[in-house]
Amino acid sequence: MTLFDRSPIVTGTSVVALKYKDGIMMATDCLASYGSLARFRDVERMVPVGEHTIVGASGELSDFDYLKEQLESLMIDEYESQDGHTLGPRNVYEYLHRVMYARRSKMNFLWNTLVVGGIKNGDRFLGCVDMKGVTYSSSTIATGYGAYLAQPILRKAVEGREDTLDEASARRILDQVMKVLFYRDARSLNKIQVTTVNASGVTISAPYSLPTEWAFAENIRGYGATPAQ
Amino acid sequence: MAVQFDGGVIIGADSRTTTGSYIANRVTDKLTMVHDRVYCCRSGSAADTQAVADIVHYYCQMFDVQNGEAPPVKVVASMFQEICYQNKDGLMAGIIVAGWDKKVGGGSVYNISLGGSMNKQPFAIGGSGSTYIYGYCDASYHENMTVTECIEFTKNAIALAMSRDGSSGGCIRLAVITEQGVQRIFVPGNELPTFFEG
Repeated sequence: MTLFDRSPIVTGTSVVALKYKDGIMMATDCLASYGSLARFRDVERMVPVGEHTIVGASGELSDFDYLKEQLESLMIDEYESQDGHTLGPRNVYEYLHRVMYARRSKMNFLWNTLVVGGIKNGDRFLGCVDMKGVTYSSSTIATGYGAYLAQPILRKAVEGREDTLDEASARRILDQVMKVLFYRDARSLNKIQVTTVNASGVTISAPYSLPTEWAFAENIRGYGATPAQ
Repeated sequence: MAVQFDGGVIIGADSRTTTGSYIANRVTDKLTMVHDRVYCCRSGSAADTQAVADIVHYYCQMFDVQNGEAPPVKVVASMFQEICYQNKDGLMAGIIVAGWDKKVGGGSVYNISLGGSMNKQPFAIGGSGSTYIYGYCDASYHENMTVTECIEFTKNAIALAMSRDGSSGGCIRLAVITEQGVQRIFVPGNELPTFFEG
C-alpha cells in the first residue's frame, strides 16, 4: 500500500538552465531545507550522467538519491551491452520521463522536478520532467520559484540567441537569475554551483557566492509611527 | 531580540517578511517606535503587530500628555499585554518591548508571548528564527555586558538565526536606546558575521 499524500521532508529549491552556443549551462544552490530550516548547506543537486548529460533536481532529496542509483545502474547496463552506443541527454530524459510517469500511475510519486540537459554529437538538449511525468523541453528551463521569477528573465535573454550566446554571457545570465532567487525565495541559499556541458564533457563548478545589494536599505524606516530619520 | 545593559537596551531584528516562502520584503524595518525611548520588535503576523503597535503608540502619546512624562517601559509593555491578551483568539503577535525610562534609570526588556503573557527578562528573543539560537544565547549571555559586547552578542545571535531559518534573512537592523536617544546601526546582508557554513 503506497501513500500518495506523503509530504516531502528534505527538499531542494529551484533549478535553472539554459542552452548556449557550445551546449548547456545549469545552476542550483547548495541547500537542502527541512521545512523552513536550512538544514544541509553543502548539497550537490546536480549529477553528471555519462559524459554528455547533467541532471538537476528540485524537491525531495531522498527521491533524487534513489534516482541517482537508478541512473547509475542504467549507465552500467548500457556499458555492459558493449554495443558501441552511449546514452545521451535525450535518452536520459526519456528514461526519467518513463520512471516518473510510471510512479505517478501507481500513485507513489517521486517528489521531484528534474532538469535534464546536455550535448551529444553537436545536438544540444534541455528539458524537464516533474513528479506527475509532465515533460517540457525548451532553450530555457526553471523549476520551483524559478518558474515564476527566473523563466521570464531567461527567456528574454536567451530566446533567439541560443546559437550566439557565449559561455561568459550565459554564466552572467545564470548568476543574475540566481541572485533574484536568493533575494526572493525564502528557501534558497547564496552558495551556488554552475554546471557547463559542452563537447569536452560535464564540468560542475565549485560552490561560490553571488554579490548582493543591501546598502540602499540603510535609510528605510518602519511603516508608520517610526520616525524616518 | 532585545538585550538590557546598564544605560539602556539594544534591540535588533532581521529584515525579511515572507508570504509562505516568497520574500515579500527583504529590507523590512521590524524595529518599531511606540514612544521616544520605547521600541518594540514585532514577530508573527505583520498586519496584526502593526495594528497593535499603532494602538499602543496612541496610548503612549495620551499617557505622555496626561501625565507630563514619558510612559515607563513596564507600562508600555502592559499596554501591549492587555491588547494581546484580550484579543488572543484573533491575533498572532509575538512582541518584545524594550526601552529606557527615568523611573528605572536604565533599560528594561519585556517579552509578550502569543497568548498575551508578559515576562520581564535580561534579554529576549522571539520569532521563528529564535528557536535556533536559544543554545547560543544561553551560552553567550552574561550579566554586566558593556554596550559594545551587547551589540556583538545581538548581531551574532541574529546572524546565526538568519543563516538557519528560511523565514529570516536580509540585513540586521539594530537600535541602541539610552537616555540620550536612539542610535540606529545597519548591517548589510553582504557584511553579516559568518560562522560554520557547511
